[in-house]
Amino acid sequence: MAKGIWIIVEQSKSEIRKVSLELLSTARAIADKTGDPLVAVIPGKGVSGLAGTAAAYGADKVVLIDDDKLADYTTGAYTSALSKLIRKEEPNAVLLGNTAIGKDLAPRLAHRLGVGMASDCVGMEYDEESFLVFKRPIYGGKAFAELSACERPAIATIRPNTFPLAAPDEARKAEIANESANIDVEDLRAIVREVALAASARPELIEADIIVSGGRGMKGPENFHIIEECADAIGAAVGASRAAVDSGWIEQKFQVGQTGKTVSPVLYIACGISGSIQHLAGMGTSKVIVAINKDPDANIFTVCDYGIVGDLFTIVPLLTEEFKKLV
Amino acid sequence: MNIVVCVKQTFDTEAKIVLDGSGNIDGSAVKLVINPYDEYAIEEALKLKEKFGGDVTLVSMGGERAPEALKTGFAMGADRGVLVTDPALEDPDEWACAEVLAKAISQIPYDIILTGRVAIDDGSGQVAVRMADALGVPSVSCIVELSVEDGKAVARREIDGGTELVEVCLPAVLTAQKGLNIPRLPSMAGIMKAKNKELKKLSLADVGIDASGFSRKMSVPKLSLPNPRKGGKTVPGEPAEAAKELARLLREEAKAI
Repeated sequence: MAKGIWIIVEQSKSEIRKVSLELLSTARAIADKTGDPLVAVIPGKGVSGLAGTAAAYGADKVVLIDDDKLADYTTGAYTSALSKLIRKEEPNAVLLGNTAIGKDLAPRLAHRLGVGMASDCVGMEYDEESFLVFKRPIYGGKAFAELSACERPAIATIRPNTFPLAAPDEARKAEIANESANIDVEDLRAIVREVALAASARPELIEADIIVSGGRGMKGPENFHIIEECADAIGAAVGASRAAVDSGWIEQKFQVGQTGKTVSPVLYIACGISGSIQHLAGMGTSKVIVAINKDPDANIFTVCDYGIVGDLFTIVPLLTEEFKKLV
Repeated sequence: MNIVVCVKQTFDTEAKIVLDGSGNIDGSAVKLVINPYDEYAIEEALKLKEKFGGDVTLVSMGGERAPEALKTGFAMGADRGVLVTDPALEDPDEWACAEVLAKAISQIPYDIILTGRVAIDDGSGQVAVRMADALGVPSVSCIVELSVEDGKAVARREIDGGTELVEVCLPAVLTAQKGLNIPRLPSMAGIMKAKNKELKKLSLADVGIDASGFSRKMSVPKLSLPNPRKGGKTVPGEPAEAAKELARLLREEAKAI
Protein backbone atom coordinates (compact mmCIF):
# COMPACT_ATOMS: atom_id res chain seq x y z
CA MET A 1 0.00 0.00 0.00
CA ALA A 2 1.31 3.37 -0.98
CA LYS A 3 2.09 5.45 2.05
CA GLY A 4 3.91 8.38 0.63
CA ILE A 5 7.25 9.89 -0.28
CA TRP A 6 8.01 12.74 2.09
CA ILE A 7 10.23 15.71 1.44
CA ILE A 8 11.26 17.62 4.57
CA VAL A 9 11.17 21.16 3.23
CA GLU A 10 13.72 23.74 4.34
CA GLN A 11 13.22 27.45 4.13
CA SER A 12 15.46 30.44 4.08
CA LYS A 13 14.27 34.05 4.27
CA SER A 14 10.61 32.95 3.98
CA GLU A 15 11.22 31.04 0.77
CA ILE A 16 11.59 27.33 0.14
CA ARG A 17 15.26 26.48 -0.42
CA LYS A 18 16.23 25.44 -3.91
CA VAL A 19 17.39 21.98 -2.84
CA SER A 20 13.93 21.23 -1.40
CA LEU A 21 12.38 22.20 -4.74
CA GLU A 22 14.89 19.95 -6.53
CA LEU A 23 13.77 17.09 -4.29
CA LEU A 24 10.09 17.76 -4.96
CA SER A 25 10.83 17.89 -8.70
CA THR A 26 12.65 14.57 -8.85
CA ALA A 27 10.43 12.77 -6.31
CA ARG A 28 7.38 13.76 -8.37
CA ALA A 29 8.58 11.47 -11.17
CA ILE A 30 9.26 8.62 -8.71
CA ALA A 31 5.87 9.05 -7.03
CA ASP A 32 4.20 8.78 -10.43
CA LYS A 33 5.83 5.35 -10.88
CA THR A 34 5.16 3.99 -7.39
CA GLY A 35 1.73 5.49 -6.84
CA ASP A 36 2.89 7.04 -3.57
CA PRO A 37 1.48 10.45 -2.73
CA LEU A 38 4.23 13.09 -2.69
CA VAL A 39 4.11 14.95 0.62
CA ALA A 40 5.92 18.20 1.43
CA VAL A 41 6.41 18.45 5.19
CA ILE A 42 7.19 21.99 6.33
CA PRO A 43 8.28 22.43 9.94
CA GLY A 44 8.86 25.94 11.29
CA LYS A 45 7.07 29.05 12.49
CA GLY A 46 4.74 30.93 10.17
CA VAL A 47 5.22 28.50 7.28
CA SER A 48 1.72 28.39 5.81
CA GLY A 49 2.67 30.80 3.03
CA LEU A 50 5.03 28.20 1.53
CA ALA A 51 2.34 25.62 0.74
CA GLY A 52 1.54 27.04 -2.70
CA THR A 53 5.13 26.78 -3.91
CA ALA A 54 5.38 23.19 -2.68
CA ALA A 55 2.22 22.34 -4.60
CA ALA A 56 3.52 24.06 -7.75
CA TYR A 57 6.63 21.86 -7.65
CA GLY A 58 4.61 18.66 -7.41
CA ALA A 59 3.42 17.99 -3.85
CA ASP A 60 0.08 16.17 -3.59
CA LYS A 61 -0.16 17.08 0.06
CA VAL A 62 1.48 19.75 2.20
CA VAL A 63 1.84 19.10 5.92
CA LEU A 64 2.48 22.22 7.99
CA ILE A 65 3.97 21.82 11.46
CA ASP A 66 3.79 25.33 12.84
CA ASP A 67 5.17 25.84 16.34
CA ASP A 68 7.09 28.51 18.28
CA LYS A 69 9.59 25.84 19.31
CA LEU A 70 10.39 25.17 15.64
CA ALA A 71 11.14 28.82 14.83
CA ASP A 72 14.88 28.15 15.14
CA TYR A 73 16.21 24.80 14.05
CA THR A 74 17.33 22.61 16.94
CA THR A 75 18.11 18.93 16.48
CA GLY A 76 15.95 17.77 19.37
CA ALA A 77 12.77 19.71 18.66
CA TYR A 78 12.75 18.86 14.95
CA THR A 79 13.53 15.18 15.63
CA SER A 80 10.77 14.98 18.21
CA ALA A 81 8.12 16.53 15.97
CA LEU A 82 9.03 14.68 12.78
CA SER A 83 9.69 11.25 14.30
CA LYS A 84 6.22 11.19 15.85
CA LEU A 85 4.56 12.13 12.60
CA ILE A 86 6.58 9.52 10.69
CA ARG A 87 5.66 6.81 13.21
CA LYS A 88 2.01 7.74 12.81
CA GLU A 89 1.88 7.96 9.01
CA GLU A 90 4.59 5.40 8.10
CA PRO A 91 5.80 6.91 4.81
CA ASN A 92 7.93 4.79 2.48
CA ALA A 93 10.65 7.42 2.08
CA VAL A 94 11.81 10.58 3.85
CA LEU A 95 14.16 12.79 1.83
CA LEU A 96 16.09 15.88 2.95
CA GLY A 97 18.62 18.19 1.34
CA ASN A 98 22.23 17.58 2.36
CA THR A 99 22.40 20.99 4.02
CA ALA A 100 23.61 22.04 7.48
CA ILE A 101 20.14 21.16 8.80
CA GLY A 102 19.66 17.98 6.74
CA LYS A 103 23.06 16.60 7.71
CA ASP A 104 22.25 17.10 11.39
CA LEU A 105 18.58 16.15 11.41
CA ALA A 106 18.45 13.06 9.18
CA PRO A 107 20.81 10.83 11.20
CA ARG A 108 19.08 11.62 14.48
CA LEU A 109 15.69 11.04 12.92
CA ALA A 110 16.89 7.74 11.42
CA HIS A 111 18.27 6.58 14.74
CA ARG A 112 15.12 7.55 16.64
CA LEU A 113 13.16 5.46 14.13
CA GLY A 114 15.70 2.62 14.24
CA VAL A 115 16.35 2.67 10.49
CA GLY A 116 19.26 3.20 8.08
CA MET A 117 20.08 6.29 6.09
CA ALA A 118 22.08 7.27 3.01
CA SER A 119 24.04 10.54 3.33
CA ASP A 120 25.00 13.11 0.71
CA CYS A 121 23.53 11.21 -2.24
CA VAL A 122 24.39 12.26 -5.79
CA GLY A 123 21.96 9.82 -7.36
CA MET A 124 18.61 8.23 -6.56
CA GLU A 125 16.67 5.81 -8.73
CA TYR A 126 13.52 3.81 -8.30
CA ASP A 127 13.83 0.08 -8.70
CA GLU A 128 10.96 -2.35 -8.16
CA GLU A 129 12.97 -4.71 -5.96
CA SER A 130 14.90 -2.34 -3.70
CA PHE A 131 12.51 0.65 -3.96
CA LEU A 132 15.04 3.53 -3.89
CA VAL A 133 18.67 2.94 -4.83
CA PHE A 134 20.92 5.71 -3.57
CA LYS A 135 24.31 6.53 -5.02
CA ARG A 136 26.75 8.35 -2.76
CA PRO A 137 30.39 9.35 -2.94
CA ILE A 138 32.83 7.78 -0.49
CA TYR A 139 36.47 8.61 0.13
CA GLY A 140 35.65 12.16 -0.85
CA GLY A 141 34.38 11.17 -4.29
CA LYS A 142 37.23 8.83 -5.14
CA ALA A 143 34.66 6.01 -5.23
CA PHE A 144 30.89 5.61 -5.21
CA ALA A 145 28.62 3.33 -3.21
CA GLU A 146 25.14 2.21 -4.27
CA LEU A 147 22.87 1.11 -1.48
CA SER A 148 19.26 0.81 -0.46
CA ALA A 149 17.34 0.71 2.79
CA CYS A 150 16.46 -2.68 4.30
CA GLU A 151 13.44 -1.23 6.10
CA ARG A 152 10.97 1.62 5.71
CA PRO A 153 11.10 4.52 5.65
CA ALA A 154 14.12 4.86 3.39
CA ILE A 155 15.84 8.02 4.65
CA ALA A 156 18.41 9.98 2.66
CA THR A 157 19.96 13.40 2.28
CA ILE A 158 20.53 14.50 -1.31
CA ARG A 159 23.34 16.83 -2.36
CA PRO A 160 22.12 20.21 -3.68
CA ASN A 161 22.32 20.62 -7.48
CA THR A 162 22.01 16.86 -8.04
CA PHE A 163 18.57 17.00 -9.66
CA PRO A 164 17.17 19.66 -11.98
CA LEU A 165 14.26 21.87 -11.02
CA ALA A 166 10.98 21.14 -12.74
CA ALA A 167 8.98 24.01 -14.20
CA PRO A 168 6.52 25.05 -11.48
CA ASP A 169 2.84 24.65 -12.26
CA GLU A 170 1.16 27.49 -10.40
CA ALA A 171 -2.28 26.04 -11.11
CA ARG A 172 -1.48 22.81 -9.25
CA LYS A 173 -3.32 22.38 -5.97
CA ALA A 174 -2.37 20.28 -2.97
CA GLU A 175 -4.28 19.07 0.06
CA ILE A 176 -3.11 21.06 3.08
CA ALA A 177 -2.94 19.58 6.56
CA ASN A 178 -1.86 21.11 9.87
CA GLU A 179 -0.16 18.87 12.40
CA SER A 180 0.84 19.74 15.94
CA ALA A 181 4.51 19.50 16.87
CA ASN A 182 4.11 17.44 20.06
CA ILE A 183 7.69 18.01 21.18
CA ASP A 184 8.91 15.99 24.17
CA VAL A 185 10.42 18.10 26.93
CA GLU A 186 13.61 15.97 26.98
CA ASP A 187 14.16 16.99 23.36
CA LEU A 188 14.39 20.65 24.36
CA ARG A 189 17.89 20.75 25.81
CA ALA A 190 19.41 23.10 23.26
CA ILE A 191 18.59 26.72 22.49
CA VAL A 192 19.84 28.92 19.69
CA ARG A 193 21.23 32.08 21.25
CA GLU A 194 22.18 33.90 18.08
CA VAL A 195 22.17 33.41 14.31
CA ALA A 196 24.88 35.25 12.40
CA LEU A 197 24.37 35.20 8.66
CA ALA A 198 27.06 36.67 6.46
CA ALA A 199 25.81 39.80 4.73
CA SER A 200 26.59 38.53 1.26
CA ALA A 201 24.52 38.94 -1.85
CA ARG A 202 26.30 35.96 -3.39
CA PRO A 203 24.61 32.56 -3.53
CA GLU A 204 25.28 29.91 -0.91
CA LEU A 205 28.37 27.90 -1.90
CA ILE A 206 26.79 24.43 -1.81
CA GLU A 207 23.74 25.51 -3.82
CA ALA A 208 25.39 27.84 -6.33
CA ASP A 209 25.06 27.15 -10.05
CA ILE A 210 28.44 28.73 -10.70
CA ILE A 211 31.50 28.89 -8.45
CA VAL A 212 34.67 30.90 -9.08
CA SER A 213 37.45 29.55 -6.91
CA GLY A 214 40.97 30.74 -6.09
CA GLY A 215 43.98 28.74 -4.95
CA ARG A 216 47.65 29.05 -4.14
CA GLY A 217 48.17 30.99 -7.38
CA MET A 218 46.27 33.95 -5.87
CA LYS A 219 49.48 34.74 -3.96
CA GLY A 220 47.78 36.65 -1.16
CA PRO A 221 44.52 37.84 0.42
CA GLU A 222 44.77 41.21 -1.33
CA ASN A 223 44.17 39.53 -4.69
CA PHE A 224 40.91 37.76 -3.93
CA HIS A 225 38.96 40.76 -5.20
CA ILE A 226 39.78 39.44 -8.69
CA ILE A 227 37.85 36.25 -7.89
CA GLU A 228 35.01 38.19 -6.26
CA GLU A 229 34.61 40.55 -9.22
CA CYS A 230 34.52 37.64 -11.64
CA ALA A 231 31.96 35.84 -9.46
CA ASP A 232 29.76 38.94 -9.22
CA ALA A 233 29.74 39.38 -13.00
CA ILE A 234 27.89 36.07 -13.38
CA GLY A 235 26.06 35.75 -10.05
CA ALA A 236 28.46 33.09 -8.82
CA ALA A 237 29.63 32.02 -5.36
CA VAL A 238 33.27 32.37 -4.31
CA GLY A 239 35.29 29.29 -3.37
CA ALA A 240 38.87 28.52 -2.44
CA SER A 241 41.31 25.67 -2.25
CA ARG A 242 42.79 24.38 0.99
CA ALA A 243 46.13 26.01 0.13
CA ALA A 244 44.49 29.46 0.10
CA VAL A 245 42.54 28.79 3.31
CA ASP A 246 45.49 27.36 5.22
CA SER A 247 47.59 30.36 4.16
CA GLY A 248 45.01 32.53 5.90
CA TRP A 249 44.03 34.38 2.71
CA ILE A 250 40.32 33.55 2.91
CA GLU A 251 37.96 32.11 5.54
CA GLN A 252 37.59 28.36 6.04
CA LYS A 253 33.90 28.44 5.09
CA PHE A 254 34.91 29.04 1.45
CA GLN A 255 37.05 25.90 1.25
CA VAL A 256 36.09 23.35 -1.40
CA GLY A 257 37.56 19.85 -1.12
CA GLN A 258 37.76 16.69 0.91
CA THR A 259 38.14 18.64 4.16
CA GLY A 260 35.88 21.48 3.03
CA LYS A 261 32.59 21.77 1.15
CA THR A 262 31.56 19.30 -1.52
CA VAL A 263 29.94 21.13 -4.39
CA SER A 264 28.27 20.18 -7.63
CA PRO A 265 27.69 23.37 -9.64
CA VAL A 266 26.90 23.65 -13.33
CA LEU A 267 30.17 25.55 -13.79
CA TYR A 268 33.30 25.55 -11.62
CA ILE A 269 36.05 28.00 -12.54
CA ALA A 270 39.35 27.09 -10.84
CA CYS A 271 41.86 29.95 -10.82
CA GLY A 272 45.40 29.23 -9.71
CA ILE A 273 44.35 25.84 -8.34
CA SER A 274 46.69 22.94 -9.08
CA GLY A 275 43.97 20.30 -8.69
CA SER A 276 45.12 18.07 -5.83
CA ILE A 277 43.27 14.80 -5.33
CA GLN A 278 41.65 16.33 -2.21
CA HIS A 279 40.39 19.39 -4.12
CA LEU A 280 39.01 17.27 -6.96
CA ALA A 281 37.14 15.21 -4.36
CA GLY A 282 35.15 18.30 -3.43
CA MET A 283 34.21 19.49 -6.92
CA GLY A 284 34.67 16.52 -9.26
CA THR A 285 30.91 16.20 -9.82
CA SER A 286 30.70 19.73 -11.28
CA LYS A 287 29.14 19.62 -14.73
CA VAL A 288 31.64 21.92 -16.47
CA ILE A 289 35.11 22.65 -15.08
CA VAL A 290 37.27 25.54 -16.25
CA ALA A 291 40.92 25.86 -15.24
CA ILE A 292 43.12 28.92 -15.42
CA ASN A 293 46.66 28.20 -14.36
CA LYS A 294 50.11 29.28 -15.50
CA ASP A 295 51.53 25.78 -15.06
CA PRO A 296 50.66 23.73 -18.16
CA ASP A 297 51.41 20.53 -16.21
CA ALA A 298 49.00 21.33 -13.36
CA ASN A 299 46.78 18.33 -12.57
CA ILE A 300 43.64 20.46 -12.95
CA PHE A 301 44.17 20.44 -16.74
CA THR A 302 43.69 16.65 -16.79
CA VAL A 303 40.11 17.00 -15.52
CA CYS A 304 38.90 20.36 -16.84
CA ASP A 305 36.61 20.80 -19.82
CA TYR A 306 38.19 24.10 -20.82
CA GLY A 307 41.57 25.38 -19.82
CA ILE A 308 43.67 28.49 -20.35
CA VAL A 309 47.38 28.25 -19.66
CA GLY A 310 48.43 31.68 -18.50
CA ASP A 311 48.67 34.26 -15.77
CA LEU A 312 45.40 34.44 -13.86
CA PHE A 313 46.09 38.08 -12.90
CA THR A 314 45.81 38.97 -16.59
CA ILE A 315 43.22 36.44 -17.73
CA VAL A 316 40.60 36.49 -14.96
CA PRO A 317 39.95 40.29 -15.19
CA LEU A 318 39.64 39.96 -18.98
CA LEU A 319 37.23 37.07 -18.52
CA THR A 320 35.23 39.17 -16.05
CA GLU A 321 34.85 41.87 -18.72
CA GLU A 322 33.73 39.26 -21.28
CA PHE A 323 31.21 37.82 -18.80
CA LYS A 324 29.78 41.31 -18.21
CA LYS A 325 29.06 41.54 -21.93
CA LEU A 326 27.15 38.24 -21.83
CA VAL A 327 24.77 38.87 -18.94
CA MET B 1 35.73 16.85 33.83
CA ASN B 2 35.37 13.48 32.11
CA ILE B 3 35.88 13.96 28.42
CA VAL B 4 35.34 11.25 25.81
CA VAL B 5 36.61 11.59 22.25
CA CYS B 6 35.44 9.14 19.58
CA VAL B 7 38.10 8.55 16.97
CA LYS B 8 38.22 6.58 13.76
CA GLN B 9 41.15 5.32 11.79
CA THR B 10 40.84 6.30 8.13
CA PHE B 11 42.79 6.24 4.90
CA ASP B 12 45.18 9.11 4.42
CA THR B 13 43.64 11.83 2.20
CA GLU B 14 46.39 11.20 -0.37
CA ALA B 15 45.29 7.56 -0.72
CA LYS B 16 44.33 6.34 -4.16
CA ILE B 17 41.28 4.09 -4.08
CA VAL B 18 41.57 0.72 -5.79
CA LEU B 19 38.95 -2.04 -5.96
CA ASP B 20 40.00 -5.67 -5.61
CA GLY B 21 38.69 -8.62 -7.66
CA SER B 22 35.49 -8.87 -5.65
CA GLY B 23 34.70 -5.18 -5.91
CA ASN B 24 35.84 -4.23 -2.43
CA ILE B 25 38.22 -1.44 -1.56
CA ASP B 26 41.76 -2.72 -1.27
CA GLY B 27 43.27 -1.00 1.75
CA SER B 28 46.25 -3.29 2.27
CA ALA B 29 48.86 -0.88 0.98
CA VAL B 30 47.21 2.29 2.21
CA LYS B 31 48.67 4.54 4.88
CA LEU B 32 46.21 4.85 7.75
CA VAL B 33 45.80 7.98 9.83
CA ILE B 34 43.52 9.27 12.53
CA ASN B 35 40.51 10.93 10.88
CA PRO B 36 41.64 14.58 10.51
CA TYR B 37 38.41 15.97 12.01
CA ASP B 38 38.91 13.76 15.09
CA GLU B 39 42.22 15.53 15.71
CA TYR B 40 40.32 18.80 16.20
CA ALA B 41 38.11 16.94 18.70
CA ILE B 42 41.15 15.61 20.61
CA GLU B 43 42.75 19.06 20.69
CA GLU B 44 39.55 20.61 22.07
CA ALA B 45 39.33 17.85 24.68
CA LEU B 46 42.91 18.52 25.79
CA LYS B 47 42.16 22.24 26.08
CA LEU B 48 39.13 21.47 28.27
CA LYS B 49 41.27 19.19 30.43
CA GLU B 50 43.90 21.93 30.80
CA LYS B 51 41.20 24.34 31.94
CA PHE B 52 39.01 22.16 34.14
CA GLY B 53 41.17 19.14 34.99
CA GLY B 54 39.96 15.60 34.47
CA ASP B 55 40.59 12.87 31.97
CA VAL B 56 40.44 12.37 28.23
CA THR B 57 39.35 8.89 27.13
CA LEU B 58 39.52 7.91 23.46
CA VAL B 59 36.89 5.46 22.24
CA SER B 60 37.18 3.68 18.93
CA MET B 61 36.08 0.64 16.94
CA GLY B 62 38.24 -1.28 14.55
CA GLY B 63 40.57 -4.13 13.84
CA GLU B 64 44.25 -4.94 14.09
CA ARG B 65 45.59 -1.61 12.91
CA ALA B 66 43.23 0.61 14.96
CA PRO B 67 45.56 0.89 18.01
CA GLU B 68 47.95 2.96 15.84
CA ALA B 69 45.33 5.73 15.58
CA LEU B 70 44.71 5.65 19.32
CA LYS B 71 48.44 5.92 19.96
CA THR B 72 48.52 9.15 17.94
CA GLY B 73 45.87 10.49 20.31
CA PHE B 74 47.81 9.26 23.35
CA ALA B 75 50.91 11.02 22.07
CA MET B 76 48.92 14.26 21.78
CA GLY B 77 47.99 13.86 25.45
CA ALA B 78 44.86 11.71 25.81
CA ASP B 79 44.94 9.61 28.98
CA ARG B 80 43.51 6.23 28.00
CA GLY B 81 41.66 4.38 25.30
CA VAL B 82 38.84 1.93 24.76
CA LEU B 83 38.77 -0.09 21.55
CA VAL B 84 35.77 -2.23 20.67
CA THR B 85 37.01 -4.97 18.43
CA ASP B 86 35.03 -8.04 17.43
CA PRO B 87 34.88 -10.36 14.40
CA ALA B 88 31.16 -9.57 14.13
CA LEU B 89 32.08 -5.93 13.43
CA GLU B 90 33.56 -6.70 10.02
CA ASP B 91 31.40 -4.25 8.09
CA PRO B 92 29.07 -2.33 10.41
CA ASP B 93 26.69 0.30 9.09
CA GLU B 94 26.21 3.67 10.80
CA TRP B 95 23.37 2.39 12.97
CA ALA B 96 25.55 -0.41 14.33
CA CYS B 97 28.56 1.87 14.94
CA ALA B 98 26.41 4.29 16.91
CA GLU B 99 24.89 1.52 19.04
CA VAL B 100 28.30 -0.01 19.80
CA LEU B 101 29.97 3.30 20.66
CA ALA B 102 27.03 4.36 22.83
CA LYS B 103 27.16 1.08 24.75
CA ALA B 104 30.93 1.38 25.25
CA ILE B 105 30.66 5.01 26.38
CA SER B 106 27.80 4.32 28.77
CA GLN B 107 30.22 2.12 30.80
CA ILE B 108 32.45 5.10 31.59
CA PRO B 109 31.68 8.45 33.22
CA TYR B 110 31.33 11.32 30.75
CA ASP B 111 30.46 15.01 30.88
CA ILE B 112 31.16 15.84 27.28
CA ILE B 113 31.74 13.76 24.13
CA LEU B 114 33.68 15.22 21.23
CA THR B 115 34.35 13.78 17.78
CA GLY B 116 34.97 14.86 14.20
CA ARG B 117 31.99 16.15 12.20
CA VAL B 118 32.55 13.46 9.58
CA ALA B 119 35.00 10.67 8.84
CA ILE B 120 36.73 11.28 5.55
CA ASP B 121 36.44 7.65 4.43
CA ASP B 122 32.71 6.87 4.24
CA GLY B 123 31.86 10.54 4.58
CA SER B 124 28.42 9.85 5.95
CA GLY B 125 28.62 12.01 9.08
CA GLN B 126 25.90 10.01 10.81
CA VAL B 127 27.50 8.15 13.68
CA ALA B 128 28.04 10.98 16.18
CA VAL B 129 24.49 12.30 15.86
CA ARG B 130 23.02 8.78 16.03
CA MET B 131 25.17 8.00 19.07
CA ALA B 132 23.81 11.08 20.87
CA ASP B 133 20.31 9.77 20.27
CA ALA B 134 21.29 6.29 21.48
CA LEU B 135 22.70 7.86 24.67
CA GLY B 136 19.68 10.13 25.04
CA VAL B 137 21.79 13.30 25.12
CA PRO B 138 21.66 16.43 22.93
CA SER B 139 24.22 17.16 20.23
CA VAL B 140 25.58 20.11 18.30
CA SER B 141 27.10 19.44 14.87
CA CYS B 142 29.93 21.14 13.06
CA ILE B 143 31.27 23.43 15.80
CA VAL B 144 33.96 26.06 15.22
CA GLU B 145 34.05 27.55 18.75
CA LEU B 146 33.34 26.09 22.18
CA SER B 147 33.07 27.35 25.73
CA VAL B 148 31.94 25.33 28.72
CA GLU B 149 30.41 26.85 31.85
CA ASP B 150 28.08 25.72 34.67
CA GLY B 151 27.09 22.37 33.18
CA LYS B 152 26.43 23.91 29.81
CA ALA B 153 28.28 24.12 26.52
CA VAL B 154 27.97 27.14 24.29
CA ALA B 155 29.10 26.27 20.80
CA ARG B 156 29.25 28.24 17.58
CA ARG B 157 28.27 25.96 14.74
CA GLU B 158 28.61 26.40 11.01
CA ILE B 159 25.30 26.70 9.15
CA ASP B 160 24.66 27.45 5.49
CA GLY B 161 25.54 31.09 4.96
CA GLY B 162 26.87 31.80 8.44
CA THR B 163 27.08 30.51 11.98
CA GLU B 164 24.82 30.16 14.98
CA LEU B 165 25.50 30.07 18.70
CA VAL B 166 23.85 27.10 20.41
CA GLU B 167 23.59 26.56 24.16
CA VAL B 168 23.20 22.97 25.21
CA CYS B 169 22.96 21.12 28.54
CA LEU B 170 25.75 18.68 29.36
CA PRO B 171 26.36 15.88 28.87
CA ALA B 172 26.25 16.41 25.13
CA VAL B 173 27.90 15.27 21.91
CA LEU B 174 29.73 17.96 19.93
CA THR B 175 31.22 17.42 16.48
CA ALA B 176 34.32 19.33 15.41
CA GLN B 177 34.68 21.28 12.19
CA LYS B 178 37.97 22.56 10.81
CA GLY B 179 38.65 25.97 12.34
CA LEU B 180 37.78 24.90 15.90
CA ASN B 181 41.48 24.90 16.81
CA ILE B 182 44.88 23.90 15.50
CA PRO B 183 45.69 20.38 16.70
CA ARG B 184 49.02 20.10 18.51
CA LEU B 185 51.72 17.85 17.15
CA PRO B 186 52.72 15.03 19.49
CA SER B 187 55.87 15.96 21.45
CA MET B 188 58.76 13.52 21.85
CA ALA B 189 57.84 13.14 25.53
CA GLY B 190 54.23 12.54 24.50
CA ILE B 191 55.27 9.82 22.08
CA MET B 192 57.32 8.12 24.81
CA LYS B 193 54.44 8.29 27.31
CA ALA B 194 51.95 6.98 24.75
CA LYS B 195 53.48 3.51 25.00
CA ASN B 196 52.44 3.14 28.63
CA LYS B 197 48.88 4.39 28.39
CA GLU B 198 46.08 1.97 29.06
CA LEU B 199 44.26 0.62 25.99
CA LYS B 200 41.31 -1.53 26.96
CA LYS B 201 40.05 -3.89 24.25
CA LEU B 202 36.42 -4.90 24.49
CA SER B 203 34.35 -7.40 22.53
CA LEU B 204 30.68 -6.87 21.66
CA ALA B 205 29.78 -9.15 24.58
CA ASP B 206 31.88 -6.96 26.89
CA VAL B 207 29.75 -3.92 26.00
CA GLY B 208 26.56 -5.93 26.39
CA ILE B 209 25.63 -6.46 22.75
CA ASP B 210 24.49 -9.80 21.38
CA ALA B 211 26.18 -10.03 17.98
CA SER B 212 23.51 -12.38 16.63
CA GLY B 213 20.89 -9.63 16.92
CA PHE B 214 22.94 -7.31 14.75
CA SER B 215 21.48 -6.91 11.30
CA ARG B 216 22.29 -4.20 8.77
CA LYS B 217 19.79 -1.39 8.26
CA MET B 218 21.22 -0.55 4.84
CA SER B 219 22.19 -3.01 2.09
CA VAL B 220 25.86 -3.86 1.65
CA PRO B 221 27.03 -1.11 -0.71
CA LYS B 222 27.98 -1.93 -4.28
CA LEU B 223 31.15 0.02 -5.00
CA SER B 224 32.38 1.58 -8.21
CA LEU B 225 35.03 4.01 -9.28
CA PRO B 226 34.12 7.28 -11.00
CA ASN B 227 34.56 7.51 -14.73
CA PRO B 228 37.80 9.40 -15.03
CA ARG B 229 37.28 12.91 -16.40
CA LYS B 230 39.33 13.64 -19.43
CA GLY B 231 41.21 16.82 -19.95
CA GLY B 232 39.31 18.93 -22.45
CA LYS B 233 40.06 21.84 -24.71
CA THR B 234 42.91 24.19 -24.13
CA VAL B 235 41.75 27.59 -25.30
CA PRO B 236 44.69 29.06 -27.21
CA GLY B 237 45.66 32.60 -28.09
CA GLU B 238 46.74 35.84 -26.49
CA PRO B 239 45.06 36.50 -23.10
CA ALA B 240 42.38 38.85 -24.45
CA GLU B 241 41.56 36.54 -27.33
CA ALA B 242 41.53 33.43 -25.10
CA ALA B 243 39.27 35.09 -22.52
CA LYS B 244 36.83 36.12 -25.23
CA GLU B 245 36.80 32.65 -26.76
CA LEU B 246 36.36 30.98 -23.36
CA ALA B 247 33.36 33.18 -22.56
CA ARG B 248 31.86 32.30 -25.95
CA LEU B 249 32.43 28.54 -25.43
CA LEU B 250 30.86 28.66 -21.97
CA ARG B 251 27.79 30.40 -23.34
CA GLU B 252 27.35 28.66 -26.70
CA GLU B 253 28.94 25.22 -26.39
CA ALA B 254 28.73 24.33 -22.70
CA LYS B 255 25.59 26.44 -22.12
CA ALA B 256 26.87 26.99 -18.59
CA ILE B 257 26.35 30.76 -18.42
